[in-house]
Amino acid sequence: MLADITLGQYYPGTSFVHKLDPRTKILATMSFIIAVFLAVSATSYAVLVAFVLSVIFLARLPVLLVVKSIKPLWIIIVLTMGIHLLTGQGEVIWSWKFISVTKEGLSMGVMMSLRLVLLLMISSILTFTTSPIVLTDGIEYLLKPFKRVGVPAHELAMMMTIALRFIPTLLEETDRIMKAQMARGAEFKGGNIIARAKGMLPILIPLFISAFRRADELAVAMESRCYHGGEGRTSMHELVYRHRDLLAALAMVVLIVIIGVLKWSNGLCVI
Amino acid sequence: MSIEVKDISYTYMTKTPFERQALRNVTVTIEKGEFVAIIGHTGSGKSTLAEHLNGLLTPSTGTVCVDGVNLNGKGDKVRSAKHKVGIVFQYPEHQLFAETIYEDIAFGPRNSGKSEEEVEKQVRKAMGFVGLDYDAFSTRSPFQLSGGQMRRVAIAGVIAMDPEYLIMDEPSAGLDPISRDAIFAQLSTVFKERDIAVILITHSMEEAAQYASRLLVMAKGQIAIDGKTELVFKEQRERLQEVGVDIPESIKITDLLCEKGLKLEKQAITKEQLVQYIKKAKGWS
Ligand SMILES: Nc1ncnc2c1ncn2[C@@H]1O[C@H](COP(=O)(O)OP(=O)(O)OP(=O)(O)O)[C@@H](O)[C@H]1O
Ligand SMILES: [Mg+2]
Repeated sequence: MLADITLGQYYPGTSFVHKLDPRTKILATMSFIIAVFLAVSATSYAVLVAFVLSVIFLARLPVLLVVKSIKPLWIIIVLTMGIHLLTGQGEVIWSWKFISVTKEGLSMGVMMSLRLVLLLMISSILTFTTSPIVLTDGIEYLLKPFKRVGVPAHELAMMMTIALRFIPTLLEETDRIMKAQMARGAEFKGGNIIARAKGMLPILIPLFISAFRRADELAVAMESRCYHGGEGRTSMHELVYRHRDLLAALAMVVLIVIIGVLKWSNGLCVI
Repeated sequence: MSIEVKDISYTYMTKTPFERQALRNVTVTIEKGEFVAIIGHTGSGKSTLAEHLNGLLTPSTGTVCVDGVNLNGKGDKVRSAKHKVGIVFQYPEHQLFAETIYEDIAFGPRNSGKSEEEVEKQVRKAMGFVGLDYDAFSTRSPFQLSGGQMRRVAIAGVIAMDPEYLIMDEPSAGLDPISRDAIFAQLSTVFKERDIAVILITHSMEEAAQYASRLLVMAKGQIAIDGKTELVFKEQRERLQEVGVDIPESIKITDLLCEKGLKLEKQAITKEQLVQYIKKAKGWS
């Protein structure tokens, strides 16, 4: 009943991209985002699209899966496109009554929505190829330097790990409780808002109770294994940079340089 | 009057990398008056099959009919057909929600539109069924009970709906032997008094041997064996081993005794039979 939540779901694999160090992938994703904001010309967008496609290919992900990840925001993408189309100034290429579409508006609209699509795709590639646990490990390492200014890196990462770990569990639990109450004749559709909210109680109360019970059990289990926060804690899987991370870093540098050159070398700028 | 399952298959999480076929071409008919036990290795699809029997899951292919009504439909007829099938889930105590035990047990009967008088009658009956004293417990909060007591309240919540087909998914997991025996004793009485079907999913071969007249053995989403309990345990032992299902202790003991030179008159299936046969063989009774 509650399936189809793709954003942030790990797609297991053993490809080059899957095996990269999570820190590399996080930093690479960030630099790609910077590259997207630097890109101004059609050529640079072509380079970015080609880059994303080759990453998808390298990661051996189904293209459709990645394309689907834009679903949650498609309305915003369409709106962006529409607004730019209708408000652009310049050379009119198509008009009907008071609506007119300009060449500048069209290219602006395409660029802006492409930007959103690329951002969504690259961040879901990150989560498709990195298991949530490894991802938080990476975040913890990257946040470590900020500990001195009071960022509780370990605690944040632990909270994220636990939250991520329990999302599927809670979804499953909701599903089970819903089924159990439906078997007792509960119906969750129909009626006005108050009736519907009241109808949700038989699901929400058991769900909250089980969430609290789980939290309690988890806390006890962690304490009985002597967990006491991040101080002096070592990691079972130390993160190590390998050759492939260097390769990936080089690729990112090359990408940024290409995009930078395309932006700042006037004359080459073609829109 | 029966539940007819015709050639159903079911796949969880279709079109994702986690796709998993839980049922493959299952066909089975369960008549009123039958006490059926479903056994099988964990993950063999027992719970999935149970959830199809009252329309909580809709099969990918195939049909499920209760008293001739296809559950994959809409309307009052389908709804009332679904209400005939009561299901006690694995760990049912996790579905309690109301302020008092009374309110929680009354949830089901109220949903099927019974009058308040009738609801009270049903709640009293159901609490009697699971051995909870009405006066002592009905106004207490279900969350202040022990695990076993919660389990009983949850079972009562399903019993109160007066199901004609009662499915229980491992009702005894984690219960103490006394409460377990009490619940099964009640179940046997109700089963004998009224014309209902009971479908018991269990990992305990003893329970299956003692209470069920028919055995469905599931393996890898299919029904591997379907037959009379006694015959299955006697004649299909290799097949049972193949699908990773144990046999009741009494059968093992009969074998051991035979090996050591004490021949019993018949293969004992239940504890009671075993005791009886040993007494006879030894000339004690
Ligand atoms: N909600 C779900 N999502 C995905 N797969 C599931 C889900 N529920 C069950 N499965 C899979 O379907 C198969 C059958 O599960 P089912 O719960 O029917 O087994 P079972 O026979 O009841 O096992 P147990 O004895 O452990 O209760 C299992 O392999 C399980 O992994
Ligand atoms: Mg099960």
